[in-house]
Parts: sequence; structure tokens; C-alpha cells
Amino acid sequence: MSELSRRQFLRWGLPAGLGLAGTAVAASGTKAAAPTPPGMAHPNPTEYVGTRPAPVERQAPGVLDPMQILTAFDSGKVTRPAAGGVQREYTLTAFDREIEVARGVKFPAWTFNGSVPGPTIRCTEGDRLVIHFRNEGAHPHTIHLHGIHPANADGVLEIVPPGGTYDYRLTAEPFGVFLYHCHVMPLKKHIHKGLYGAFIVDPKTPRPPANELVMVMNGFDTDLDGENEFYAVNGIANYFAEHPIPLQVGEPVRVYLVNMLEFDLINSFHLHGNVFKLFRTGTSLTHSEVTDTVMLCQGERCILEFTYTHPGRFMFHAHQSEFAELGWMGMFDVRPRTQRA
Amino acid sequence: MSPHDETLPATDLGRTAWRPGAWFLVLLPVILLAGMVALFLVKGEVLVGKSPVPPDALLKIEFERLLFRPGEIVATVRNTGPDAVTIAQVAVNDALWQYAVSPGPTLARMQQARITIPYPWETGDPVEVKVITGNGLAFKKKVDIAAETPRPSLKALGAFALLGIYVGVIPVYLGFLWFPFLKRVRERWFHFFLSLTAGLLIFLGVDALKEALEAAGKVPGAFKGVGIILIGVSVGLLGLMAVGQRTMGRAKTGTPGSERLALAYLIAAGIGLHNLGEGLAIGAAYALGNVALGTFLIVGFTIHNTTEGFGVVAPVARDRVRLGHLLAMGLLAGGPTVLGTWIGGFTYSALWSILFLALGAGAIFQVVVELLKLMVRDAREAAGSLANFLGLILGLGIMYLTGLLVQL
Repeated sequence: MSELSRRQFLRWGLPAGLGLAGTAVAASGTKAAAPTPPGMAHPNPTEYVGTRPAPVERQAPGVLDPMQILTAFDSGKVTRPAAGGVQREYTLTAFDREIEVARGVKFPAWTFNGSVPGPTIRCTEGDRLVIHFRNEGAHPHTIHLHGIHPANADGVLEIVPPGGTYDYRLTAEPFGVFLYHCHVMPLKKHIHKGLYGAFIVDPKTPRPPANELVMVMNGFDTDLDGENEFYAVNGIANYFAEHPIPLQVGEPVRVYLVNMLEFDLINSFHLHGNVFKLFRTGTSLTHSEVTDTVMLCQGERCILEFTYTHPGRFMFHAHQSEFAELGWMGMFDVRPRTQRA
Repeated sequence: MSPHDETLPATDLGRTAWRPGAWFLVLLPVILLAGMVALFLVKGEVLVGKSPVPPDALLKIEFERLLFRPGEIVATVRNTGPDAVTIAQVAVNDALWQYAVSPGPTLARMQQARITIPYPWETGDPVEVKVITGNGLAFKKKVDIAAETPRPSLKALGAFALLGIYVGVIPVYLGFLWFPFLKRVRERWFHFFLSLTAGLLIFLGVDALKEALEAAGKVPGAFKGVGIILIGVSVGLLGLMAVGQRTMGRAKTGTPGSERLALAYLIAAGIGLHNLGEGLAIGAAYALGNVALGTFLIVGFTIHNTTEGFGVVAPVARDRVRLGHLLAMGLLAGGPTVLGTWIGGFTYSALWSILFLALGAGAIFQVVVELLKLMVRDAREAAGSLANFLGLILGLGIMYLTGLLVQL
């Protein structure tokens, strides 16, 4: 076999090397655009990651923990227009943030205002609502509200790209417990990643005073196998089992309960040591039944009203035991009635 | 004298090897390599570009063992991923559970941890332990039939020893009982039986290799089970070859009878090494909860080992052998079963199992070589006769049939 001379090596090797290098440069420049399926106005998300730098993870020191989410109602910035009535303005910003979903376990979530669930929007029936939505995430998002509103405030066809904004304008009707979530395809992913929150519309005549708590039931599939590894209320598994919610004997309690659990068909709420009046969807001021366990499908919600007559620790949890054992478990710490002078 | 005959004079050789300049030549490539590795670790991304795969996605934990104690499960896990990993949550049968992890929840690369979970497991029920890492990945290990892991105690020690004797030692001596029969057969039949022995041993060696490969498949990839097999087979082969050269070389200078005796001892040693692996399998079967399989194993191994005893005694069947020699050979061949049962029952480790099986396989192959060499010397042209060929096939067939009983 004749030895390869230096001249021969340069003759064949140089063009070959340049050819390889050129192909590599050319390949990195082109991106195939995936065809858009009918009804899905949102193109292949990887396009965005390539053409826009991913947003820097926002430090969110003001982000609420599950206990704070219980009672944090966002009533918006109130103005009274000349035409009369009340206008409320809310600002919801979608951005990506890593959150803790169980002790020691982190999850790369897509959030509204940094928390999962997002802020609880609260208003009264008949209020004019303006929701300023700003998308600082790496993917396109929308805000789809449940309730009665015009089509351009529905949050399905007006896809907001990363960096974009949109204002949702509607009149709050009817009264009840509603919710909002992102409605971009793939739907399972955009919901499951954490883009949801409660939306409460109070009746014009307010409900009787009570200790009001918001509970959004959810779950997390941390290894992306299509099954939830953790179940939670207000975002962290077993949080209220480790931090019981303080209540008082004789104190009326009203729970606004929303089910945003993805991948499992139904969820439930079971209360120990008591029964509650159940107002399905909260759209009536008359309760539909009295029970201690209520079953909810994804997107269903209700109001529970109860009063404890005995002190002590009482559990509340999903009555699907497998959910309870994987984090959907909490405790009420009912304290004896405080003596009032 | 051709130019290729030139060699350095002895004194020059001595000085050249130890001059400091020579050391530098040896170390230079190592230093340069270290430099290249360091450079890549620091600045490698410039060369290769950022990896599109997020490194978090490649983190991995593998289970090495699940131990069952009354009211408690102890899981031994190892970090076999490319980076440090944190154990954040543990679930048993899909329920998040309390646990303690030592030395700590964060494992460096290749570090091992012990997770102790107080859990009311039931004998006979399946148990699945799931470990969830700090970035949400879940790793599971399932035991189909939970059973208490035997603890090293005098009673357990004794029980395993008895098991080893019953399965390993006694059957070998049973095989020896064919010795008087073999003494009476004609030369041709003697060679037939030697071929039979060769067939037995070949089957045994290949079977051991196959089990080692199976075990290698179950071991975390980072440990390269097949590499251990290679090392084990080589050590077994070469080790027994070295021993054989010593003993049979010495024996060659003596009578032909002493050469055959040395061969018998060699076969006993090879089979003994192999039985170490077999004992490991039996002990592990009990320890890992495969109690039902253990019964089949015992029956199968007992029959196997009887035929092995025949193999040990076959080469010396024509000679007068002192009883002491027979006793010693039996112990050499069967005794290691006891040792294997102890190791397998108390400290089963897939890695040791692979090594011992591979050692046994290598040793047996070497023994087969020695046996065939002896036959050729004895029978010369008649060594390749039809009868001997059939004997080999029969040996393979007997082992295959008795193997059917060993449903491993």
C-alpha cells in the first residue's frame, strides 16, 4: 500500500473538511416549521426558543406560599368611571419560574405572577373588569376565563406571543366561583405547568360574613410520564398537613374550592368531623346538598360552608386514597372559642 | 550476523532505563493528556457547543438491594448518573412515606446511600419503593414477594452450611461411588467415560458463562459487568493453568499415575470454584425472596453435583487411590458450595456473583483442556474415536437434562 503523501492529504482532506464545516453552518441556520393543525393557532413552540433568548428567571420575593394563597384575594385597582359602576384593573404576568412542589422537589413551572396557583381574581357581579396580560414566558400563552363574556375576552383565539400583551375586557357575570387558565395547545401541558387560578364573582348582595379560604386543588407530574407524582392544595404537597390551618369553634368558614388537577379524571374533597353545605359552582345562594365529600372533575368548582362545633385537629383530604397518600392531605386546627368580653 | 541481532549491551540497558530523562519521556504523554483534559473541562463548550440536553434530565439513581427487616425496609441505592443528585422524597407502594437516608440526601457521583423506611410490609405481598430526586425524577424498584432477609446469625450460618453440604459436598461423594465400577471397565470404556466427563464440564462452563452474562445485564451499566466477566474468566483460566503447570509439571516427572491424580485434583479445584458460584446463587435465591425457586435450585444442583463427582474421580479410576485423596478431592470440589451459600445468603452482591461465576467458568475451561490433553496422551489416535465423541455428546445431554430441573 503506498503511503499517503502530504500533497495528497491536502488535496483531498481540505475540501472535505471545508465541506463538512459548511454543511454544519448551513444546517444550524434553517429551522423546519411544523404545519399548524386546524383549530390550533399556535405554531411549534421551539421556534420561539431559538429566535428569542429565554427570559432570565425572575426573582420573585413577593410570591405567596400556600397558606397566604388561602386568603390572598386580588380585588384589582378600583376606579369609578363617569358612566357609573365599578371598574377593576388587574395585572397578570406570565413568566417561567422554578417552584417547590413538595419538600425538596423542584419543578420548572409556568406561572401567573410567580405562583402556582396564580392570584385569585375577585370582583362583584356587574363590575367592569380589565385584565392586563403580559407574557414574559418563553412560550405563547393566553388567559381563558370561565363565565359570560365577549368572544374577544375568551382567551382562545388571541394567542399572545412571548413579549406580547393583551387586555381582556368584560363585565363580571354571573356570580359564582370561576377559574382562569391558559388555553394554548397542547392544553394538558399549558395547564399542568401551572397557568391557572381562581376567579370569584361575588353576588351583589354579599354572602354572610365568614372566614373565607381559597383552595385550588392541583397535581404535578415531575418526571413527565403522564401521571402525577404529587397531589396538592395551593401548590405544595402535604403543606397543610405540616402547617395546619387555624380555625375557631363556632366560626363560619367558607371554602372556595377549585379543581385544576390534570391527568386524573376526578378529584374530591372530604372533611373530617363535620359536614358542609355544598354550593355547586357557587351560582346559587341556596345550597344544593349537605355532605362531607364532594367529587369534582377538572374545571369544576364549588363553595363549601361549615362551622366546627368541636375543637381539635381535623383532617381534610381527597377521598381517593392514592391522592391523599401522595400529598393531597391537610389539617384544620380548630381552637376553642375565644372568650369575648 | 544480521542487523536484527543487534542488542544494547547489558550495562547500557541498565543505565538507560533509570536515567531521569527516561522518566520524563514516560511521564510526558501523561502530563500532556492531563492538560488536555483540564482544558476541555474548563473551556470545552467553545469546542463542542452547549449540550442541547439539560444535564438535569440525565441524573440517575439505581437500586442495588432491598432488605426486609421486621417493620422496616432498607434500600441501598447508588448515584450512577453524570452529576450529583439529591434524594427528596420516598414513596412505598405509591404512598409518600417517612424515611431516613445516610450518609445524607445528596449523593456525589457513584456514591452509595442507605435509605431506611419504617413500613409495615407483609410477607408475600409485592413492595415497590420509589425514590424521587430533587428535580422530580422517579426511580423505582419492585420486589414481587416480600420476605424477611436472613440476618447473619449462628442459626442462619448453620442452616446455610447444612444447605451447602447437602447440595455440594454429599452429591460429590455420591459421584465418587462410581469409582469401583470405573475400575472394572475396559480401557475403551474408560476413555468413553473420560469423554463424558469432558462433555459434563464443557456444559458446566458454558452454563456458568451464560449466568454471568445474565447477571451482568442486571448490574448498573457503570460497572461494566461484561468487563468483570472478561477479567474473571481470564483469571480462572490462567490461574488454574498456573496451578496445573506447577502440580502436573511436577507430577510428569513422577509416575503417570501421579499425573492423573494431579489432574483429578485440578478438576476438583475447577469444579470447586464453579460451585462457589452455584452456592452464591442458592444463598441469594433465599435472601432475595425467591424461596419457591430455591427448592428447584437445590434439587437441580444436587443432581448436577453428583455428575460432577463422577468427573472428578474418572481420571484416576484405573489407579489405586488412597482414601485420604478421595476425601480431600471431594472437599475441594464440594466445600466451596458452603462458602458460596454464606456469601450469597448474607451479603449478596451482583458484582461478586458475576466475578465468581466467571472465575468458575474460566477454571472449568482450563480443566477441560487438561483433560483432553491427558486423553490424547493416553489414547493417542484412539482419542478421536466415535465412542469418545458419543461420550462427549452424552455428557452434554446429561447436564442439559439435569439442568432442566434448575429453573433459574
